[in-house]
Amino acid sequence: MAPHTEQLTRPAVQLRGLTRSFDGRTVLDGIDLDLPAGQFTALLGHSGSGKSTLLRAVAGLDHRVTGSGRLSAPERVSVVFQDSRLLPWRRVLDNVLLGLDGKDAERKGREALEEVGLKGRERAWPSELSGGEAQRAALARSLVREPELLLADEPFGALDALTRIKMHNLLRELWERHRPSVLLVTHDVDEAIVLADRVLERGRIGLDLTIDRDARARGEYRVRLLAALGVTEDVR
Amino acid sequence: MTTTTVTTAPPLAEPDPDLRVRRRRSLSPGKQVPAARLAGPALLVVLWAVASAAGALDPGAIPAPWTVVESGVHLWTDGTLTDDILTSLQRAGTGFVLGLAAGIALALASGLTRTGEALIDGTVNLNRAIPTLGLIPLFILWLGIGETFKIAIIAIVVYIPIYLNTHAALSGIDSRFVELAEVQGLNRIQFIRQIVIPGALPGFFVGLRLGVTGSWLGLVVLEQINATSGLGYMMFQAQNYGQTDVILVGLVVYGIFGLISDSTVRIIERRVLSWRRTLSS
Repeated sequence: MAPHTEQLTRPAVQLRGLTRSFDGRTVLDGIDLDLPAGQFTALLGHSGSGKSTLLRAVAGLDHRVTGSGRLSAPERVSVVFQDSRLLPWRRVLDNVLLGLDGKDAERKGREALEEVGLKGRERAWPSELSGGEAQRAALARSLVREPELLLADEPFGALDALTRIKMHNLLRELWERHRPSVLLVTHDVDEAIVLADRVLERGRIGLDLTIDRDARARGEYRVRLLAALGVTEDVR
Repeated sequence: MTTTTVTTAPPLAEPDPDLRVRRRRSLSPGKQVPAARLAGPALLVVLWAVASAAGALDPGAIPAPWTVVESGVHLWTDGTLTDDILTSLQRAGTGFVLGLAAGIALALASGLTRTGEALIDGTVNLNRAIPTLGLIPLFILWLGIGETFKIAIIAIVVYIPIYLNTHAALSGIDSRFVELAEVQGLNRIQFIRQIVIPGALPGFFVGLRLGVTGSWLGLVVLEQINATSGLGYMMFQAQNYGQTDVILVGLVVYGIFGLISDSTVRIIERRVLSWRRTLSS
């Protein structure tokens, strides 16, 4: 794997003192965080720990949320949601091209679909796709905009275990080819370890773990992350 | 990880003769037979014909089916029926088009802007609470007893269901799609054209079908009250002269037009909403 330290010059995302609260309940409390450009970061936490709130803040989707703090994010940001969120009245290719115009938009859309393995399904309706295929189409939709930052909010949470493994490989492959910064929100420790180069735990960023992908220490990462989440496993 | 060994499964023994597939009793009504819906009406006509032939029906109250057909052919050839049909079609058509336009325009104004909603939605619901046919006396005084008031009443009958269903669909747009539009960087016009309107079409078609039926219902009533031509007028006259066969001809024509217009809307709906077919089939 190519080293990419030279890309880590300017952080893609910078958060300083980011605070968000809902109805007086503080969900994010003064978060400071830098995401280096081109890094694959996983944000791990319990449900309700504020990880989605953080992602939505970075995506600029928290219109009616009270909060403070400073935040800088790149111009081109794509989001992959837990549901594929394809418009049922648009064919797959037209879904990928949503919000995109220009002459070679269609060519780019077809290329993106080919990249995620959906060549030949351009004219299909979303209701004709399986869950995994729909999520592939959603990935193509986010890729076609050539994002500098890809935000993914539990994108594989609704998929079955086998499809999820395939999607992990696909996402990692796409990231290696296009090198956007990625912030993946998940509650799945194994998913975080398999995919990410760096794992942050909880909304308060309690643990910041760099994953050495060649190491065989995945078991150790797992134990440390689970411990940070307050989960102990019976060791047989 | 432990080592895995691959073994071939031993051959299965001969099946027990008592081994049977246990199937649950199916609760679905079974396969659909094409055109099966016509069986009921056809049976009714057959019963009617048999009863008339046997002399069990008073021909003054219920004339035989062939008498009705004969009167229909007679009225058609002497031109009165075609005139009446054309007049009725024109009324229903004009009222329907006006009601459709008003329903769509008001639903868009009220579904897409807060000001529009504040001004329009309550007013339309107030209008809905008043039985439209109850407005007939007032409209006759305002617009005179000519064509205008009839068309106005039909337009009102049509616009209400179209407005209500379209407005509900427009304002009920899935918030997840709103978020998607924001992420994809759509501007307001693109958002309305690519997400809000296509998403509201199914609701619009529900309103459209109700509106089409409504235009015929309104017509029947209007033409029996203050008309000098049209299908309703023809039936009203027939009532005065005791011509049951002519009344039945009128009813059959109304029925045919109602059926044709409803099927037309359904065909258009199926084409426009072709993405839905995969869900229902």
